[in-house]
Amino acid sequence: MTTATENTVTEANAAPTVRLTDSTLRDGSHALAHRFTEGQVRGVVSALDAAGVEVIEVSHGDGLGGSSFNYGFSAVDDIELVAAAVDEATRAKIAVLLLPGVGTIHDLRRARDAGAAVARIATHCTEADVSLQHFAAAREMGMETVGFLMLAHRIGPEELAKEARIMVDGGAQCVYVVDSAGALVLGEAQARVAALINEIGDQAQVGFHGHQNLSLGIANSVLAAQQGALQVDGALCALGAGAGNAPTEILVATFERLGIPTGVDVQGALAAAEDVVRPFLPRLPFADRGAITQGYAGVYSSFLLHAERAAIRYGVPAHEILQRVGEAGYVGGQEDMIIDVALQLVAEREQRTG
Amino acid sequence: MSKLTAAIVGPGNIGTDLLVKLLRSDEIEVTAMVGVDPASDGLARARDLGVATSAGGVDWLLARDTFPDLVFEATSAKAHLANAPRYAAAGITAIDLTPAAVGPYVCPPVNLDTLTAAPNLNMITCGGQATIPIVHAVSSVVPVPYAEIIASIASRSAGPGTRANIDEFTETTAAAIERVGGAGQGKAIIILNPVTPPMIMRDTVFCAIPADADTGAVTASIEKRVAEVQQYVPGYTLRADPQYDEPRDDWDGNARVAVFLEVRGNGDYLPPWAGNLDIMTAAAARTGEQLARTRKAAAA
Repeated sequence: MTTATENTVTEANAAPTVRLTDSTLRDGSHALAHRFTEGQVRGVVSALDAAGVEVIEVSHGDGLGGSSFNYGFSAVDDIELVAAAVDEATRAKIAVLLLPGVGTIHDLRRARDAGAAVARIATHCTEADVSLQHFAAAREMGMETVGFLMLAHRIGPEELAKEARIMVDGGAQCVYVVDSAGALVLGEAQARVAALINEIGDQAQVGFHGHQNLSLGIANSVLAAQQGALQVDGALCALGAGAGNAPTEILVATFERLGIPTGVDVQGALAAAEDVVRPFLPRLPFADRGAITQGYAGVYSSFLLHAERAAIRYGVPAHEILQRVGEAGYVGGQEDMIIDVALQLVAEREQRTG
Repeated sequence: MSKLTAAIVGPGNIGTDLLVKLLRSDEIEVTAMVGVDPASDGLARARDLGVATSAGGVDWLLARDTFPDLVFEATSAKAHLANAPRYAAAGITAIDLTPAAVGPYVCPPVNLDTLTAAPNLNMITCGGQATIPIVHAVSSVVPVPYAEIIASIASRSAGPGTRANIDEFTETTAAAIERVGGAGQGKAIIILNPVTPPMIMRDTVFCAIPADADTGAVTASIEKRVAEVQQYVPGYTLRADPQYDEPRDDWDGNARVAVFLEVRGNGDYLPPWAGNLDIMTAAAARTGEQLARTRKAAAA
């Protein structure tokens, strides 16, 4: 065999490239109570861009327009942070998240005007059809589109694939299985990715977004990639809702060891996490009782800090609030129900002791 | 003076639920239910209830010998934009349950008294009808520089029109929080929840209030307003006492009141969990009845 033949064989057998999207500056916003500064955004974008991360997401944790009493007010307006990120990036594309019902096409247009290139439109996993006007608008504006099916553990693979089909028909160029609660366990994540690929074939890509509540963010991401997912999300130092996201730096290192190209430099990613993000973290993401309860009971990860605040305000345990929120089947965006549940727990306790 | 006569245009879920409510009314007589599909279930139901029906649309309605005093538009924004000038030309007052917003926004306990002469009245959104009474109750006691509402509704109660135009909901509701609710700035969020059995409509109202607000007076105003809404939506209740939070720097130094509402529908045609649809039809019926009473008083 000649060298040339060997090369050909290697290329033919080469794993397809996985594109990493770093969400430190969006999902990580939850962990910082949406208080990112422009300096922090510039630092993170610069480090990720230098390491070769292709897509960097910048938004309030609950997407454009998320700044509110319900989710927490942004320290700096989303659009200003997007503009700073665009200014800082030399080759990375800047993505924004939008939840229909929270943000609007008006917000998306402002982000596009600030230089955002990728529109990620997120709905609860059963409600894909509320995203159609936003996909249409994003495509019209010339943005790349990604659909986000959140709390993907709540329905089975086939049902999820039908929702992915709605997004693809509406203009999504990739649809993510989003494990918002960090509740999918290994094969469950892989089966959902397989069902989506089976449904949408090569009409769009499939992605995976993992959380660490049951410590499976990396493992689920690897299984998703091996199943054919072409886009995977991470966050530096796992900075994200709940126990955090699949850490970008570990995804980069692990994919390299598995021979799955990501185009990202391992040392660059490690440096970004260690030298840029870690110094500004008030606490490292950790799978404590509340976060594990979220993975176990299937609760939206960004409810964690809200439950902790309600626990302090009303004197009831955060994990009890989260357990009750899981039982009620609340979905992403219903942060207001956490206060309601805390008040119920207080009322029940008063009844018992009264 | 006899009852005001009314036609319902649009025989879908909303139109049918409204019909059931108006058939109980002492002030309004429904003389026609109009659609465009001869095979419509809603038209068949209206016929069974003894109401004249036609699939000939507004053309049929306006070709009749006598026009109704009122028309309730339960179609789509696009249809109402086309129909509104025709109603106006015929001298028919329109109560618009679509997001077209041809006429002023009306929220019965807040501003209906000032709008009884308007030729066209818009019912805002379901979330607006559920929350603006509360925003206004707060803003009539203390300044409200910012108000935010979160409407959680059962997935099954969100029809294809709402789903295709969800921005219309957030933008219209936010505008009405300012214009009708009296907040300096308004924000609206809507969440669709698919849980089974379906969740009853829930609404949360957050208002920024001054650090030294008289919380007792604010709570009293909210409780009084809840009782007023209960006159036409009996299932409109506070889940808990209004909750007050201390001023915070990231709230521009304002304090906050949080109000947690449940809207259980009357179960007239739509099931009780569809409180979002019930409060729309109830507010529209209330508006029609108020117009009838006003005209009766003027004639007397």
